[in-house]
Amino acid sequence: MKARRFGTLIGLVVLCLVLWALTPFFLTVSNLLNIAEQTSINAIVAAGMTFVILSGGIDLSVGSIVALSGVVLGLSLHAGYSPLVALPVMIAAGVLAGATNGLLIDRGRLPPFIVTLGMMSIARGAALLITEGRPISGFEESFRALATARVGFVPAPVLIMATVYLVAHFVLTRTTFGRYVYAIGGNEDAARLSGVRIHLHKPAIYAVSGLTSALAAMILTARLNSAQPIAGTMYELDAIAATVIGGTSLMGGEGTLAGTLIGALIMGVLRNGLNLLGVSSFLQQIVIGGVIVGAVLVDTVLKRPRT
Amino acid sequence: MERPALTMAGIRKSFPGVVALDGVDLTLQAGEVHVLLGENGAGKSTLMKILAGAYRRDGGEILMQGRPVDIAGPRDARALGIRVIHQELSLVPSLSVAENIFLGAAPSRFGVIDWASLRTRAARLLSDLGVAIDPDAPVNRLALPQRQMVEIAKALADQQSASVLVMDEPTSALTSREVDVLFGLIERLAKRGVAIVYITHRLDEVYRIGHRVTVLRDGRNVSTAMLGDTSVSGLVSMMANRDLADHYPKQPAPIGNELLRAEGLGRAGVLEDISFSIRAGEIVGMAGLMGAGRTDVARAITGADRVDRGRLFVRGRAVSFRAPADAIREGIGLLPEDRKAHGLVALLNVARNIALPQSRKVAGPAGIVPRRAEAALAAPVIRDLRIKATPDQQTRQLSGGNQQKVVLGKWVAGDARIFVFDEPTRGVDIGAKVEIYQLMNRLTAAGAGILMISSELPELLGMSDRILVMHRGRIQAEFTAAAATQERVLSAALGLAGPVLSESPARTARANRVEG
Repeated sequence: MKARRFGTLIGLVVLCLVLWALTPFFLTVSNLLNIAEQTSINAIVAAGMTFVILSGGIDLSVGSIVALSGVVLGLSLHAGYSPLVALPVMIAAGVLAGATNGLLIDRGRLPPFIVTLGMMSIARGAALLITEGRPISGFEESFRALATARVGFVPAPVLIMATVYLVAHFVLTRTTFGRYVYAIGGNEDAARLSGVRIHLHKPAIYAVSGLTSALAAMILTARLNSAQPIAGTMYELDAIAATVIGGTSLMGGEGTLAGTLIGALIMGVLRNGLNLLGVSSFLQQIVIGGVIVGAVLVDTVLKRPRT
Repeated sequence: MERPALTMAGIRKSFPGVVALDGVDLTLQAGEVHVLLGENGAGKSTLMKILAGAYRRDGGEILMQGRPVDIAGPRDARALGIRVIHQELSLVPSLSVAENIFLGAAPSRFGVIDWASLRTRAARLLSDLGVAIDPDAPVNRLALPQRQMVEIAKALADQQSASVLVMDEPTSALTSREVDVLFGLIERLAKRGVAIVYITHRLDEVYRIGHRVTVLRDGRNVSTAMLGDTSVSGLVSMMANRDLADHYPKQPAPIGNELLRAEGLGRAGVLEDISFSIRAGEIVGMAGLMGAGRTDVARAITGADRVDRGRLFVRGRAVSFRAPADAIREGIGLLPEDRKAHGLVALLNVARNIALPQSRKVAGPAGIVPRRAEAALAAPVIRDLRIKATPDQQTRQLSGGNQQKVVLGKWVAGDARIFVFDEPTRGVDIGAKVEIYQLMNRLTAAGAGILMISSELPELLGMSDRILVMHRGRIQAEFTAAAATQERVLSAALGLAGPVLSESPARTARANRVEG
């Protein structure tokens, strides 16, 4: 597993060196910060996705939850509430949507794919319904600072991403909840018979994914100065791709958040570099698709038993 | 005598650490129903899997009509006219009866299925077998016995006729009337000259349907005889293992207070009126055939499954378990029957597996696990149980015996006082077995109580203070260690009348009523 994570990191470094050789603009402080900022939203969503995939599940509803919690935030701010009220409300909306996924999957014994596919449609529909399909735009500078401010030279979204990863990494590696995520993904029956309360922890795992979706929506809304009911489309695929490139097994039980962060950075670097090189966005899609399949192929070959 | 339809001579097969078959012979005449008897693990299934081509034999010869044959895979077996009907049916539920019968061999012209021919041939086959089933009915609308008939029809559907038919416990799910229909069919097939191997645990059936019987024990032949020349008790004593040379290191511990008591536990269709107790220092053995409900008892008293009826007491206090976590809090630990499926998280390392039930305690109130806390908890367990692994090693790399010790370690590391061990020594080598017995001694000496479920009678007799015997979801009998013999326990497990010997008159009365 360690060799695998090392492999992803080497992949990222090699990719950066190639792009540095091809274009002088790539390896500049401002471009690297730009990449980190561009990556922050996908990376934050992918952090929650990693919890879900580690537990043996999948969450297709993250993009729609980004939109729903975003418009809840927009409406609250426009209703005159301060960000100190509006932010907890929108985070509660995301957590609630995620926990609902988890409750249905656990209590209803439904496949995560089906439940979150349903939630993908429900949350999107709810976002469109409460906004009548219109974006909510124009917010105060104090709120927009969440996306525009810099601490020293570091953009606020990058700081938020770093904080999310530090906290999530601590939770995953140093708390009982983190242990249970791996145990449930590795063998749910054995975890239950060992006294893990599945009914409690499964909804919590999906709630984490709802929480990170809401945090991503916060940055997105501040950056765009607009909450859009059609925001976050296809975010689920980017988040799954980052998680999988980062070496997390779709079967659950195996993977790390560090890997996911590297996976998200690989996707961000690739997009940025291809843009700098003037590669058409159509060709970019083909390259990124190839990287996803290639990363998993390498993973599978490395893990194949040598007998 | 004409040449036997099938001769298996000196068949040997071993798996890592176990000799499953050690020179077994079986001879079948055309037109006979040959009963194959033996305890769980005697080698019946392995022998039949070799015949069906599922396993490759290590040694010995197979002859059909006197000619040596080589069965390298299921295709070879089919080509030789050998058909096996397994306990688990192999039908596609959404397809029709006719489609299932000719699955993979449907009559077709240029790749287009000839539906008319498919239907008429299926109908003819079914009426030949004397069963009234609509060939167009989807299989998922049929009752279990009808499905079994379809399975038999499928086995006989090929162009080349079946010469040997193996039936593995075909009546285990049937009512007595359905059994009559099945037996009528078996008799007709035998009259046509098919040699039939019939595996069952129901000794009453053996005399209704069988001509000859072969008894296996520990991978060896005990006897082959005409059924007319044997009695039920004769069969039971042949199946029972007389070889008590095995030494079990049982060290009786002082028997203390009652730790666990079950009163009338029941679950529809699975368990009925399960009542027993476990006291401190006691090993209560539980015998029974596969499917008798032993594992269901284990799961019921550890919170893994809910029960419909009955009450459970821990140290005299009524408890109700909604999940295994509740049972663990009461100090009950379960070693599940299938350690890969239910015991281990194979991707996690040894320390984290051992610490998993203790996570809360390791972590403290905030839920934060201190660095190396799990390794610190696991290290003494690894030493005590002599697990050949480091705390950081992934459990999937360990041998069966070491994996089993890791699962045991999960409960030894905590404060469990009541241990439920379901087949604790299955699939582990002899050295690890003895270590597990010694661990059980240490646990009882420290005042713990153990429920030990096992399919190995010598182990049950060697280690238990009392033995409960289950039969079809009930406790059929209870024996003290002094009164238990292999014959008695086996008779009770087979559902034959057996004396109930217990100190408790109430217990005796109830169990007798069950038998009456």
